[in-house]
Amino acid sequence: MSELKKPVPGVTKEDTAKMVEETLSIYTDKAKKKRAPHMSANDPEDAGCAIRSNRKTVPGVMSARGCAYAGAKGVVWGPIRDMVHISHGPVGCGFYSWGTRRNLTSGTVGVDNFSGMMFTSDFQERDIVYGGDKKLAKICDEAHELFPLAKGISILSECPVGLIGDDINASAKQAAEKLDMPVVPCNCEGFRGVSQSLGHHISNDTIRDYIIGTREYEEPVGPYDIALIGDYNIGGDIWAAVKVLEEIGLNVKAQWTGDGQIEHIAATHKVKLNLIHCYRSMNYMCKVMEEKYGIPWLEFNFFGPSKIKESLRAIGECFDDKIKANVEKVIAKYDAQMQAIIDEYRPRLEGKKVMVFVGGLRPRHTIGAYEDLGMEVVAAGYEFAHTDDYDRTYPEMAKGTLVFDDASEIELEKWVEHMKPDLVASGIKEKYVFQKSGIPFRQMHSWDYSGPYHAYEGFAIFARDIDMAINSPTWGLVKSPF
Amino acid sequence: MAEKKLRQIAIYGKGGIGKSTTTQNTVAGLASLGKKVLIIGCDPKADSTRLILHAKAQATVMDKVRELGTVEDLELDDVLKQGYGDVMCVESGGPEPGVGCAGRGVITAINFLEEEGAYTPDLDFVFYDVLGDVVCGGFAMPIRENKAQEIYIVVSGEMMAMYAANNIAKGIVKYASSGSVRLAGLICNSRNTDREADLIEALAAKLGTQMIHFVPRDNQVQRAELRRMTVIEYSPEHKQAAEYRTLAQKIQDNKMFVIPTPLEMEELEDLLMEFGIMEAEDESVVGVAENA
Repeated sequence: MSELKKPVPGVTKEDTAKMVEETLSIYTDKAKKKRAPHMSANDPEDAGCAIRSNRKTVPGVMSARGCAYAGAKGVVWGPIRDMVHISHGPVGCGFYSWGTRRNLTSGTVGVDNFSGMMFTSDFQERDIVYGGDKKLAKICDEAHELFPLAKGISILSECPVGLIGDDINASAKQAAEKLDMPVVPCNCEGFRGVSQSLGHHISNDTIRDYIIGTREYEEPVGPYDIALIGDYNIGGDIWAAVKVLEEIGLNVKAQWTGDGQIEHIAATHKVKLNLIHCYRSMNYMCKVMEEKYGIPWLEFNFFGPSKIKESLRAIGECFDDKIKANVEKVIAKYDAQMQAIIDEYRPRLEGKKVMVFVGGLRPRHTIGAYEDLGMEVVAAGYEFAHTDDYDRTYPEMAKGTLVFDDASEIELEKWVEHMKPDLVASGIKEKYVFQKSGIPFRQMHSWDYSGPYHAYEGFAIFARDIDMAINSPTWGLVKSPF
Repeated sequence: MAEKKLRQIAIYGKGGIGKSTTTQNTVAGLASLGKKVLIIGCDPKADSTRLILHAKAQATVMDKVRELGTVEDLELDDVLKQGYGDVMCVESGGPEPGVGCAGRGVITAINFLEEEGAYTPDLDFVFYDVLGDVVCGGFAMPIRENKAQEIYIVVSGEMMAMYAANNIAKGIVKYASSGSVRLAGLICNSRNTDREADLIEALAAKLGTQMIHFVPRDNQVQRAELRRMTVIEYSPEHKQAAEYRTLAQKIQDNKMFVIPTPLEMEELEDLLMEFGIMEAEDESVVGVAENA
């Protein structure tokens, strides 16, 4: 990605900078000082426009962020389908995160698939006072008895467990010895860190310490064995991605962690290449596997035909001529189909502007898909990204567009008011605010109950959904009072 | 060359018994034997390193966290200081009395030290000086797996100190059964009570351990403390300095590590009565008013 993006008509550095200043003027001095470094008019050639990230949320604002437990249980561990995931602590965290993420799984619920179930140690007052170890031991025993096909247990600590000082590592060790299966203690109390992000990191560390290298694949290692890292199968994303990778001749031996199986994950040290989609949540383990097992890893992007093409060719370069030839065949095979989609939707979407605010990857990763449809991304921001994510974002955006971090809801409102995007792409907490203002909206965490959006299959659905949102005749029929 | 095996030691005992004083004076002894030591204070009072650093109070881990907002922004250099005898010092710190959760403070601080690499390969000893009352899981953090492997309980011939020691032994049993931590001995910090040494030796025997050393009471310790120094640094020729050197050597050479056998209340009271610390109970006077 060496060429700079063409500027978006009507979007200039000066104008955006002015908008940022006006937005900040609503804050108290203290809050303004904290928020100012987290937003900027983009200029990939000016290092001074880089923004700060991964800091404490400003007290008093309406943030979209979650906590470390969300990053650990919700994002990384929860999607693994053949393990029992225990939300260890009072019932609330487990209950209110039950079924709230569309990480789809296969298998039979309650038999060999437990991802959609909710397991909690339902802490009572006495557990706080006397500690929860004994209860936890009993839960592990019962889980093992009730679900004989479960291949492991994870223990995700909630806040109170960290305060009373329960030693879940020791409990996990004892349970693992007794039940002869992996029991993984994840010290992911919500008060740790500043967002979901530390929860990802802690979870990656537990995979490193308890899982990786502990199993082997049944089949002998092949030259085309790979792992797909950082795809959580939202709406079927990973199934769509695996199809393409298998079409070019690769064997996806492990899925981290969408529709994941723990024993496949445990044997990943045997693959030839790690392909990572969500860099933010799993780069840690890619680096560990590179250092410890010498496995190379490649960031790739399956949003939209341009990025898919680019990624497939980059992946092909990691393998032999046979795979490279397959890559060209597959690209050619889907070219016509992709072009047909573009021909259908692009005329209705050309020049439409979108503002994106998602978690840790999609704000930059979906830019290519929007651009394939002729749209312009005028603002992109993340809830919990780090400097390395922003470094990867600046060159993907035109000069003068807005890049921001951990936006508060009022900031989003101000920016939409000023930039007047044709579509806002964010999460459920933002959806109704903007729809009620008469602005088309698509959820980009849950795919708004649609999807998949990854790979060729996903682009067809993505294009249809974006068109459906922006060009719905309903917008012309309503006048929003807001 | 043989690999250096790091020995991690936790010091427990009733509040006010002399853990911090004993630890720092003993560590000075180990330093004088050429050993490299790290002291980790696990007490919100944060007074475990004053005598080594000659300081009123060291900046604690939790102080810095409060300042910076999050432990992720903290650097090791901010809190790890070097003092007398090249002893490395760090304090967990924590909230003031009646507020927050001191136990979590200890957990956060120790996790931080582990992650930031405070446990360097050149260390011979790590000492965890833990506050008196082990009231929650957090204060047992130092004896979890991969941390302290040996525990010394500082005790005196007073009833409450011995009760406390016995209670601590009960806590140790739990961690010793599931992990590799062991009770290494009782250190008697003398209060000049009657037959003190015999009493503590008897208590140690009942617990299944040893009284590793009897540290006599001597005001030289207080004189040194006033100057915020250990006795070994203040007056290396004094006989009290020799006591601490002896204790250091005994710890260095100690091979007796046990899972303790805590006493039942009755057993403990019998022991105290045997040594005349407690009066035998006269059941006939129980419940009978004075002028009946």
